[in-house]
Amino acid sequence: MVIKCKHVWGYISDYLDAALPEDIRLEVQKHLDHCEICSAILDATRNIIIITADERVFELPVGFSERLHARIEMELEEIEGH
Amino acid sequence: MIASILAGDTRLYHDLIRPHERSVYMMALSFVKNEADAEDIAQEAFLKALRNLSTFRAKSKFSTWLISITLNEARSRLRRQAIVRMESLDDPPDDGGVVSPALLRDWREIPSEAVERQEICQMLREAVISLPTIYRQVFQLRDVEELSVQETAEALGISVPSVKVRLHRARMMLQKQLSPLLKSVIPGPKRRWLPWL
Repeated sequence: MVIKCKHVWGYISDYLDAALPEDIRLEVQKHLDHCEICSAILDATRNIIIITADERVFELPVGFSERLHARIEMELEEIEGH
Repeated sequence: MIASILAGDTRLYHDLIRPHERSVYMMALSFVKNEADAEDIAQEAFLKALRNLSTFRAKSKFSTWLISITLNEARSRLRRQAIVRMESLDDPPDDGGVVSPALLRDWREIPSEAVERQEICQMLREAVISLPTIYRQVFQLRDVEELSVQETAEALGISVPSVKVRLHRARMMLQKQLSPLLKSVIPGPKRRWLPWL
């Protein structure tokens, strides 16, 4: 079976998660070995997932933790009061 | 730790939730796209979890249970405020067609230090926030919070195949939107033209 670029694009996510059945993974791998476009798409996708998930991209608002724990403390005091 | 809290050592609840503050806030943010509302939802979710801690069953992970509470809190708040469009009308169905990636001939690795640049961070945030809700949630849980596919399915109340489809689309949408932008703001080294090549 020879797979085309469009098929490979459909497998990229499962390929990155190592969730493809072995026979399909081998076909995808074979395609990636000679297709510079698909391997660039794969590299870009992997890279983008990693940098987007970086904690510095989405940061907690300043003072979030303090406000949260102050509210929790009020709740705990209320629970104890009953 | 949960047993100790239930037995009366209630202050331990502060320690129990500390590792989950970020994931709960991020999940709330993926619903409302507004920091103040997301913080309110996150606070409410942690309070509800405290009040209902005795109903937590150890067979599921505490983080997954918290995410479910957060999702419920976000959904009910949005329903109350009636500012949300029904998900079924606004979000594309799982079989909403193929997302084609941005075609590239080569890709130059973006180093993680790049997120120290404000404009890069902004670009990444906007791309994630612009994803349709059902894709954003799956991306957030699976790729940002690193839950397993199974845990993501459980937290969102959807099937494992749906998680995989949505995750694939989310990733492809981000690749399509971000790779041309990132390539333009982080150019590779100047190409040297070698006349004999």
